[in-house]
Amino acid sequence: MSRLDIQKTYKLYIGGKFPRTESGRYYAVTNTKGNLIANMCLASRKDFRNAVVIARKAQSSWANATALNKGQVLYRIAEMLEGRKEQFIAELISQGEAAKNAEIEVNCAIDRLVYYAGWSDKYQQIFSSVNPVASSHFNFSNVEPVGVVSIIASENQSLLGLVSIIAPAIVGGNAVIVLASETKPLTAISFAEVLHSSDVPGGVVNILTGKKEELMSHMASHMDVNAIIYCGKDENHIKNINELASNNIKRTIFYKKGDWTSSNSESPYFIEKTQELKTTWHPTEV
Amino acid sequence: MQKKDTSIFKAAWTYDEAPESTDHIQIKKKYELFIDGKFTKPIKGNYFDTINPATNKVIASVAEATTEDVDVAVKAARKAFGSWSKLSGKERGKYIFRIARLIQERAREFAVIESLDGGKPIRESRDIDIPLAANHFFYYAGWADKLEYAFPNRTPKPLGVAGQIIPWNFPLLMAAWKIAPALATGNTVVLKPAETTPLTALKLAEIIQESGLPKGVVNIVTGAGETGASIVNHPDINKIAFTGSTGVGKYIQKAIAGTQKKLTLELGGKGANIIFEDAAIDQAVEGIVNAIFFNQGHVCCAGSRLFVQESVADLVIQKLKDRMETLIVGNPLDKNTDIGAINSKKQLQTIENYIKIGVNEGGEIYQPKCNFPKEGNWCEPTLFINVSQSHRIVQEEIFGPVLAIQTFRTIDEVIEKANNTPYGLSAGVWTQNGSKIFHLTQKLEAGVIWANTFNKFDPASPFGGYKESGFGREGGLHGLKPYLKFE
Amino acid sequence: MFPNLNNLPVYDTTGVHERIARFCSRSIKSSSKIEGLKLALSMIDLTTLEGKDTKGKVQQLCYKAMHPHDSLKNIPTVAAICVYPSYVGVAKKALEGSDIQVASVATAFPSGQSTLEVKLSDTKFAVDQGADEIDMVISRGEFLAGNYQFVFDEIAAIKEACGKAHLKVILETGELETLDNVRKASEIAMYAGADFIKTSTGKIQPAATLPVTYVMFDAIKDYYLKTGKMIGMKPAGGISTSKIALQYLVMLNEVLGEKWMNKKYFRFGASSLTNDILMQLVKAETGIYQSINYFSKD
Repeated sequence: MSRLDIQKTYKLYIGGKFPRTESGRYYAVTNTKGNLIANMCLASRKDFRNAVVIARKAQSSWANATALNKGQVLYRIAEMLEGRKEQFIAELISQGEAAKNAEIEVNCAIDRLVYYAGWSDKYQQIFSSVNPVASSHFNFSNVEPVGVVSIIASENQSLLGLVSIIAPAIVGGNAVIVLASETKPLTAISFAEVLHSSDVPGGVVNILTGKKEELMSHMASHMDVNAIIYCGKDENHIKNINELASNNIKRTIFYKKGDWTSSNSESPYFIEKTQELKTTWHPTEV
Repeated sequence: MQKKDTSIFKAAWTYDEAPESTDHIQIKKKYELFIDGKFTKPIKGNYFDTINPATNKVIASVAEATTEDVDVAVKAARKAFGSWSKLSGKERGKYIFRIARLIQERAREFAVIESLDGGKPIRESRDIDIPLAANHFFYYAGWADKLEYAFPNRTPKPLGVAGQIIPWNFPLLMAAWKIAPALATGNTVVLKPAETTPLTALKLAEIIQESGLPKGVVNIVTGAGETGASIVNHPDINKIAFTGSTGVGKYIQKAIAGTQKKLTLELGGKGANIIFEDAAIDQAVEGIVNAIFFNQGHVCCAGSRLFVQESVADLVIQKLKDRMETLIVGNPLDKNTDIGAINSKKQLQTIENYIKIGVNEGGEIYQPKCNFPKEGNWCEPTLFINVSQSHRIVQEEIFGPVLAIQTFRTIDEVIEKANNTPYGLSAGVWTQNGSKIFHLTQKLEAGVIWANTFNKFDPASPFGGYKESGFGREGGLHGLKPYLKFE
Repeated sequence: MFPNLNNLPVYDTTGVHERIARFCSRSIKSSSKIEGLKLALSMIDLTTLEGKDTKGKVQQLCYKAMHPHDSLKNIPTVAAICVYPSYVGVAKKALEGSDIQVASVATAFPSGQSTLEVKLSDTKFAVDQGADEIDMVISRGEFLAGNYQFVFDEIAAIKEACGKAHLKVILETGELETLDNVRKASEIAMYAGADFIKTSTGKIQPAATLPVTYVMFDAIKDYYLKTGKMIGMKPAGGISTSKIALQYLVMLNEVLGEKWMNKKYFRFGASSLTNDILMQLVKAETGIYQSINYFSKD
């Protein structure tokens, strides 16, 4: 007698927990044959609003964690993802990827996490400076995280595109709220499970599944979000985001990249985009 | 100022023995050389003993590498260099991350062996040496695939085979400081640990095997001065990295003159620790303790010359003496021990000799009463008060728990005296006034300056000396430079 | 005599935290552990300060104070009971025949936001009811506004109202924020007549911490060197486990030393600590980890 397997329920990931959407709504994700893969939570603006409150609360203690600690956490995410490689490959295939591409994507995502783990205690040395001002002052500039960042993830490469944006943002000390790929959302929630087992403090990464049309305007206009990252090519979206972001001079970052496996898909500049620069003066005479 | 009687604050509650458990550690009776990925017998078949300095008992027998063995090791390193340097930075980094994780997993075992072999308190090896060593590998692992960002407008390339000679005061940590950046930048290594502390380097060799690191990338050749000389003089080594005494450093610099070998040296010091009247005095006193009694004073960057502003000198010295009463000197494996055993009989003789010199020179000596175990090498924490720049014990590096105390009156005076030495490794500045800190850091001739702290190390923080304390930096972005050439 | 607040020692917080970490790395084992646990038990001011306290609650607590765990031989009783003034009478009666002291909070505890008249009357009532010790609160608002003379005068007035009762002065270190402020407040309290300086009311976070206690020890040390007078110290709130209590005792041992290592000069303001110590003592005797179900909760 063959065994019936237990199907996974995909919920949201907010504050280190997996709640359902407060709206109770869903949307169905089907495979290329039209069969149901899963019912995803259709996140509401209230879910987003709650996630921002939680992200803000978690952000300052995450920012204050040592660079060493952040690097070790990111390395742990890589360890956990490596351990679930087969599961992710299968899930990407179920969402329509070719088997070979799925494997490349997962390997690349793992290596990307290790890459950014390694930047945790180094990007400061690249982007900070001691400035030779013409007065008796010690003057130094150092980078700090912008704070809370909304992220609209790439539609394709639903794992690698996600990791390539989340990793540099959080290694820099930010807390993020991510809207997953609308057509391929399963990976994002499975990735949330990986985050959850990796010592990432609750609230540092929050993942919502739902419709761009419904949530994007809130992600761009929310007055307590410091920056927004949009992955995609739609010029209307980009214009809309820039207009709404102006409400609180939100920093806007756009990536039109289609293929995150290319060599210019990782660099410390991805970290730098979600950093502020602070300059301090102190006299040096006695 | 009237001297106060502080004997009323004597502690009476004594702590029972709290020995660290040693059941879980594994030490072989005999260790071979680690060459080309395996443990190999020395060609001439000679071995030497490594001794526990707290008990004078032999722990293990260790192979002695002769010139022939060093040659085999260099050949293995050269062969491995071919493929190791061509491996992508990403993949190199992953090996180094593995090594870091394996050290973390076996941390307690390493800490216990470090204390057994070298004499330092388990509290220090457990809380400082081993975590810093693991973190050093962790830090440099991340640089392996990022070198193009470290040096603007330069394409860095590895040097080739690095010969590395390390001292006995922080055995595993010094091995990490040498091996991690060398590997991250694509070099291969032949490393000689100190002859009194070979064990943790040999345990590291076990981890290197477990990590799957390609054979020959790291080779560990144990031995004493002659083995070191064989490395320094080997014609197929591209770079020598040495940490140890200034005397030997000078010999090495001379020996490689006329060759193409690159060199970095991390040598001795006689660090000035300066306490101003506006310091947080209580923390400054603790800073003195950390500066000179940490690791029994076997620290190149020890704050071994205390300069205390005359207006607070009596207060500071009284508080220091009171603090020294609560330092526990004894069995390195007891978790409550603050000051462990002196690393070797030889070093103990050196220290005792300097103490005699200090007394003969007229220094006012102070030593709290200590109950030492019958066996082993022990030295009381020692103060010499009212000495001056002209005293030998103020000029020469003692490398033990002996502090020379001078007073000063003005900022310019203390800067001049602090710099008045051929050494230039470290300095400490204690004041709550920010401008004073920045002024002093601009004027002091030392590679590492600690303001309101002392003996702080981090893999991200560059460490190294001015003047006869050596050249080159270890740690941080700057720590990559010594292992690269720039086309 | 009003103290000179201009030349007080200053503290580097990072350095203090490192020193504390060293105290916490001490490993207390075997007989020295049992010795420490018993000593800690004898130093407890067993406390109940709830809005919902009643006569019955206080009576039960007093019985626990006198009989912490009858099946354990050779253990001391706690040092004192600490209650609101309205229960001093109840406690005195319930503790008759024992040498356990009755401490009462007073002076509009915990906020201290009231007039001197109210505070004096609060204190006098507790003293009249028989309190052996008064735990007062300083006016933190006045302190932070720089009105140090006010703070000093208030303490001196309460000290006078205490009569023969000992005065503990609660600084509420959690509201003073900096270690330098803790030193300053300690200084004012000692010169104004405090017999004990105490960290906290236990009603806000953070309550007692090792760093503020360390600074208060330092203040007590300097005061002794200047005046020859020994002042006691009481950390209160948040000390719920034997492990933490032993860390405080290690620090006390290595900073103030033997003369302070008794209930005359050191107290723990705690409640659940008692049972944790008892469980540790039974574990030490039997080698078996204990459950709270075998110890009375009163």
